[in-house]
Amino acid sequence: MEESMSEAGYDYKVVRGFTYSALFWLVIGLVVGLWIAFEMFNPALNLTPWLSFGRLRVVHTNGLGLGFGLAGIFATAYYMLQRLTRTPLPFPGLAKAHLYLFNAAIALAAVSLFAGMNTTKEYAELEWPLDIGVVILWVMFAVNVFAILIKRKEKQMYISLWYIIAMTVTIAVLYIVNNLEIPVTLFKSYSVYAGANDANVEWWYGHNIVGFIFTVPVLAMFYYFLPKATGLPIYSHRLSIVSFWALIFAYLWTGAHHLMLTPLPEWIQTVAIAFSIFLIAPSWGSVVNGYYTLQGNWDQMRTNYLVKFFIVGITFYGLQTIQGPTQGLRTLNAFFHYTDWVVGHVHMGTMGWVAMTISASFYYMIPQICRTKLYSIKLANVHFWLILVGQLTWTVTMWIGGIQQGAMWKATNPDGSLMYSFLDGLVSLYPYYRLRFVAGIIYFIGILVFAWNIFMTTRQQPVEAEV
Amino acid sequence: MGINSKPVVFAVLSAAVILVGTVVTVFVPLFMPSTQPASPYVKPYTAVELEGRDIYMREGCNNCHTQTVRPLRTEVLRYGEYSKPEEFAYDRPFLWGSRRTGPDLARIGGKYPDSWHYSHMESPQRLFQKSNMPPYGWMAMNRLDISNSFRKTSILKYGYSESDVKNQIDEYRATVTSDSYPSKESRDKITPPELRKDLTEMDAMVAYLQKLGRDVKNMEAAK
Repeated sequence: MEESMSEAGYDYKVVRGFTYSALFWLVIGLVVGLWIAFEMFNPALNLTPWLSFGRLRVVHTNGLGLGFGLAGIFATAYYMLQRLTRTPLPFPGLAKAHLYLFNAAIALAAVSLFAGMNTTKEYAELEWPLDIGVVILWVMFAVNVFAILIKRKEKQMYISLWYIIAMTVTIAVLYIVNNLEIPVTLFKSYSVYAGANDANVEWWYGHNIVGFIFTVPVLAMFYYFLPKATGLPIYSHRLSIVSFWALIFAYLWTGAHHLMLTPLPEWIQTVAIAFSIFLIAPSWGSVVNGYYTLQGNWDQMRTNYLVKFFIVGITFYGLQTIQGPTQGLRTLNAFFHYTDWVVGHVHMGTMGWVAMTISASFYYMIPQICRTKLYSIKLANVHFWLILVGQLTWTVTMWIGGIQQGAMWKATNPDGSLMYSFLDGLVSLYPYYRLRFVAGIIYFIGILVFAWNIFMTTRQQPVEAEV
Repeated sequence: MGINSKPVVFAVLSAAVILVGTVVTVFVPLFMPSTQPASPYVKPYTAVELEGRDIYMREGCNNCHTQTVRPLRTEVLRYGEYSKPEEFAYDRPFLWGSRRTGPDLARIGGKYPDSWHYSHMESPQRLFQKSNMPPYGWMAMNRLDISNSFRKTSILKYGYSESDVKNQIDEYRATVTSDSYPSKESRDKITPPELRKDLTEMDAMVAYLQKLGRDVKNMEAAK
């Protein structure tokens, strides 16, 4: 991790470009999120077919997962790859094309989803021409990843590089297998799989795309930027090795916990439960590694604004990886599945762990490549507290709402008949949906502060960097 | 650690490691009979129902409605018979969903008359004041696009000839445009005059909703 060499030759333009892209799609995705959050308690915002909830929800998930998430991953990956290999990007032109095509593809994806071109497979809703585009984009990225690793000047590959390799390989497999479809027209296709098999393939994909976009590369950032931001080496190299291999092995078995008590063969569900519980271990391997890295230096939580983001972020990751396997247990799943509890679960990971880690990574990385200091640490702290309060209010509200809804679905009268109509359960959630909307606004303001802070940092005159 | 200095070996090993669970829990089941049972009682969708299903997908109805009833007491009470794997033999893609903002629809077919669906789709709030479902009255203003109907059913291997598809469409058109159609009043109310003698997207949607879960009734009755 020594970085004494001259920075001449490193391509930071693409890093910057993907950083801006991430922030742009983050803001867009959150605006759409707020819109649909409002529709949940007041359908008046379903103004046109393009703005109806069913279409907008996928714009929200794809915009943030693919737009913000992937752009953030590409930005930090291009940065980490060059620094950790001490090698300039082998194909900067390809990376530049990757940046432009990526943004064009996300824009087209958003428009196509607005227009209702939707395969309905969650997080794989894009129609087949865009699927091909995504695969091409992925190959463009992978070429630089493997070329730089082969040409690298640093012999040992640091932990973060393992996670980037695993992501590069696994996303390719997941995306291609799940999106196999037969075109009807340019805008319409049918899955090659039917019924229970289609569901099984989809949730193998759905679970792991979240794992290999929102966990694996975010862990790569965590393992790189936490030591960088604190000046402390990762606590245990051995623990990180064990965690890495156990994580990527176990992850792929667990998709069917999304299909509990459905017509999918029971053994697939049971295997998924077992591996989900096992996954707690490697997940917490990284959590523990993060915590112990700060051993004896916990004062940095107060003195170093970046540490708050990383440590609170990894804490949400830890909670997420306990909550996930727990709600996958058959009895608990029978209660929680299909309620807002799961929605709260997902958003703790994305709004908490992912957004906090990417925020801090950008806060460290952008001043480095601009050879300047962060525009405002005070604003970074404001950003931190706003997104923390926003996210906690958001997720806790949804958990309570989920418990209430699950209970109302199950409640029976003494004679055994159902106590509540479906609508009773829905209407009882409206106060929660209003509160969730307010929490979303708070979170959104925090994100605007973040984007502003990064933007202003890039506009400052370069000074001699401290590192 | 030798492997940490060999990126290609590392990548190949990673691929092998992620493929173990994939092969066992996803690839192998693709070829097992238990994931693809068939039942003579479960019939493919008609061309019109399939068009309705495509509209259901286009509008992302699966984001709020599930189509799988779990074998739980209160769930069977609320929705009906729990879902069987046979029912989904013709579902490409599956539409089980993951969140119930609205109720499950796996057993909606036959639960209400067509007229109920026409009114409800046009304004869910008129039937249920506090519902948060978006209004879909505009579907009745769109003529149903049947230009790819035959191609669709052949890709899905439903076994219909071109004239079968044409007959299905003509028959359904004749049904809903007939003066004796029991739901004529509510259909006419939301369908503009120039489309009343034709099939609209709304007609296909209602046809699809009425198909959901009907086969399982015959299947269960035969047991």
